[in-house]
Amino acid sequence: MRWLYVMALALVASAAAPVALAQHPSPAPLPRAGPPPAEERVEVPPPPFTDGIFPCTSCHASLKVNRVRRPLADMHGDIVLTHDEQHRWCLDCHDPDNRDWLHLASGEKVPFEQSYLLCGQCHGEKLRDWRAGVHGRRTGEWNGHKGYLLCAHCHNPHQPRFRAVTPKPAPARPSAAK
Amino acid sequence: MDPEKRPPPVSRRQFASVAAAAAAGFILTACGPKRLRELSRERLAALLEDLEKDYTKRFGTAVVVADTPPIEGVTFAYALDLSRCIGCRRCVYACVEENNQSRDPEVQWIRVLGMNKEKGIDFSESDPYYQPAEVPEEGHFYVPVACQQCRNAPCTKVCPTGATWTEPDGIVVIDYDWCVGCRYCMAACPYGARHFNWAEPTIPRDHLNTKTHYLGNRPRPKGVVEKCTFCIQRVRAGRYPACVEVCPVGARKFGNLLDPKSEIRYVIENKRVLVLKEELNTMPKFFYFYGT
Repeated sequence: MRWLYVMALALVASAAAPVALAQHPSPAPLPRAGPPPAEERVEVPPPPFTDGIFPCTSCHASLKVNRVRRPLADMHGDIVLTHDEQHRWCLDCHDPDNRDWLHLASGEKVPFEQSYLLCGQCHGEKLRDWRAGVHGRRTGEWNGHKGYLLCAHCHNPHQPRFRAVTPKPAPARPSAAK
Repeated sequence: MDPEKRPPPVSRRQFASVAAAAAAGFILTACGPKRLRELSRERLAALLEDLEKDYTKRFGTAVVVADTPPIEGVTFAYALDLSRCIGCRRCVYACVEENNQSRDPEVQWIRVLGMNKEKGIDFSESDPYYQPAEVPEEGHFYVPVACQQCRNAPCTKVCPTGATWTEPDGIVVIDYDWCVGCRYCMAACPYGARHFNWAEPTIPRDHLNTKTHYLGNRPRPKGVVEKCTFCIQRVRAGRYPACVEVCPVGARKFGNLLDPKSEIRYVIENKRVLVLKEELNTMPKFFYFYGT
């Protein structure tokens, strides 16, 4: 009869487990209220907007939000998305309610000046390296004011992969080898 | 001892003449050219002023020759991200402009080696003369090589005149006034980082960088050896080297090896780092790493 007792115990334990999980206190809410703390801000030059395109609300404020994924026919036809385009679309990054802002996956709004927070959601290790001054082009002073650029200054956010470039001329071969 | 076998005593006349010759020799040596670190402040200032006058006359624009000293508690180091370099050679030409390298005959302190991904870092398989329409080329990666600023530098040991040495901030420098052009250092350097002025260097007047350092980018004469100094004229003033600022992919990193918060320390502590020809025990302060 001992095996019956053991089975009953196992049954009770398996039934209790989900209950115990459900009763576990839920984690603290992730999204922060308001903008990120000042010490997380990095001084950068203004975002590289196409001329005359910002503020976006100058057109979008009067337009109705269309959340349907579709080819853009009237405007922005020049934008080709090759950045995880299988899974993402405009409004995954651009805020539908206020187009002058971006938004994180949590819904938290971020300004274009802090777009690195948006990029860092997926590219966390790049954001960490960038903050440390190791990812991205460095200018300024090695022991003073360091110049930082936004991700978008070098990577087109819609097509982030670098284009191939023409190399500068090769060095002259030694005259004996010509 | 047999008194007959004693060496003859030195006569008063002999002693006096030897002493006079020694004194004259000492005075002549003391009056002659001195190594930079032995110069008094006044003589150094006069030397720099003479150089400035000479260069200004030659190039027709005001040239500054500085002797900015090393900063206490700083050892410079460099890191280059091999996973990012695309071999565009922007650094090569920025370096030529910044450091007044001869355009004809061509002297370039940075040499970008095109390498085959299948072969890995193999100097015998590398090609510095690659010239495709676009870079990066499929199946290739690029290793820019300049002076590795070795802590155990073979080049400084072989110099017969003491014209090249390691500064307290770790930069291996050359005094062009003391270089006799024997090129022993070029033979000793395992990285091909030193370059010789086979002919009188030419720099177009309007391309001269007039902010120079005595041990760095001041115009060189024919017959001396030159090499990368981490842009000594910039970095001792707190700035980044020219190649760091120009790199379009941000592959070049620079900083103080002794500062735990510097970019260099972050790279060494968090990335996969290598040095070239580690087996030679030259201990470079130029690190290569993989940023991804």
